[in-house]
Amino acid sequence: MKNALNKPILEYGSGFPTLLRKEIKRFYKVAFQTVAAPVLTAILYLMIFGHVLEGKEIYGRLSYTAFLIPGLVMMTVLQNAFANTSSSLIQSKVTGNLVFVLLAPLSHFEFYSAYILAAVFRGIVVGLGVLLITAWYGLPSIEYPLWILTFAFLGAAILGSLGLIAGIWADKYDQLAAFQNFFIMPATMLSGVFYSIHSLPPAWQIVSHFNPFFYMIDGFRFGFFGVSDISPWTSLAIVGSFFIAVSVIALRMLQKGYKLRH
Amino acid sequence: MHSAISIQNITKNYGALTALDDISLVIEPGEFFGLLGPNGAGKTTLISILAGLVRPDRGHAAIMGADVQKGFRDARRMLGVVPQELVFDPFFTVRETLRFQSGYFGIRNNDAWIDEIMANLDLINKADSNMRSLSGGMKRRVLVAQALVHRPPVIILDEPTAGVDVELRQSLWQFISRLNQDGHTIVLTTHYLEEAEALCQRIAMLKQGKIVALDTTANLLARHGSVKKDGEGKTDLEDVFVNIMSGSTL
Repeated sequence: MKNALNKPILEYGSGFPTLLRKEIKRFYKVAFQTVAAPVLTAILYLMIFGHVLEGKEIYGRLSYTAFLIPGLVMMTVLQNAFANTSSSLIQSKVTGNLVFVLLAPLSHFEFYSAYILAAVFRGIVVGLGVLLITAWYGLPSIEYPLWILTFAFLGAAILGSLGLIAGIWADKYDQLAAFQNFFIMPATMLSGVFYSIHSLPPAWQIVSHFNPFFYMIDGFRFGFFGVSDISPWTSLAIVGSFFIAVSVIALRMLQKGYKLRH
Repeated sequence: MHSAISIQNITKNYGALTALDDISLVIEPGEFFGLLGPNGAGKTTLISILAGLVRPDRGHAAIMGADVQKGFRDARRMLGVVPQELVFDPFFTVRETLRFQSGYFGIRNNDAWIDEIMANLDLINKADSNMRSLSGGMKRRVLVAQALVHRPPVIILDEPTAGVDVELRQSLWQFISRLNQDGHTIVLTTHYLEEAEALCQRIAMLKQGKIVALDTTANLLARHGSVKKDGEGKTDLEDVFVNIMSGSTL
């Protein structure tokens, strides 16, 4: 080997682009499981609920299928964003290969940004897959694309952050599964994906307003139809605040090295 | 010129257990340094503090003058660590693994250096193999390659030959010796004391979180060795280690 110390001094950049690329490549390598499978699940929901509730109208003018499609897209975006960060981190922790990232000169902000952007990317890729496949049922109209993109990005970033928090916190796969099954899953399923909250009894309508996932779905759906259960600006304020809160928690955990640097 | 590694009054507790107790140590650039001790002595904790994986309760550590906490970017760029466990990312090939590791350090277009490391570690034929398909020995070589991918002047090897066959051990030591001759500072922990005796110029021995011996290998052999019962054969590092750990020469 030549004298390594005599080589020209290397120009160091940020490790962020590589960590982002690695996180994207990780789910791309198992795309059948990470992209195709959730698209199929969403189609099954659409087929079953669309068939059972055929003829029902929402907001007085929308077919149930048209109403359902944006909700399913957003639910898929959220669940896959969560799955990306949480599964990557728990696998890396359990197998021990997270040490390679921890040994690198990455700041907590670079670490956070790379994982979250990869989660957003996966969420949006899978969400687009659902949207394209469900086009067979008739693509919903798109009234305000900027609202769609804003809520898709913020929703995926929130769930990516929650996945990061859960992935760091969990020591075992079953702890992560508990977080997913007892918090993420009920919150997404009861967020208005399958119904307008106006169809619920008053008490449950109030309860729904305490579910931050409701605002993500409702704001996202507003972008398609221009109608929603509550004002998109209210949803944006709540979703934006929630994003800031989970980001601060995730960044603090990384900065402190919680369960990562002992 | 900065010391390669500077450790000042490092203490680390895990609950009631004191893993490191007020450790101070300086390792100069270009040294081949041995860090020895029984299991649980604190070797891996000390290495983890240098690598930024563990935070000390008290004290400071620096790599080439860069504090491992406050100047973590510079410190980590100066340091390559070969971890004790055979860890790997099962999603990627050997080449992808090395490219990613290079990228984490912000180094792009590093393929020429990666090829050179792989050639030296006999990994070229496995470059496009998935990490899962490699034998334990090959995985160990990849760990060494990962530690070198950013050309660190200081390299720490935490029991790199544990569970490795004789052939790989010898080729690994030849390679590490060449790196040391090229000017890299090497810090080695091992339970194979004949390896430490042959390779290390200076040795520190840890026991229950404290340094109980620190000297050149020659001085340790001269001062702490014991005469063999049969009067034949020279004292080796194993004798020295046993004597020091049992406290009979202190």
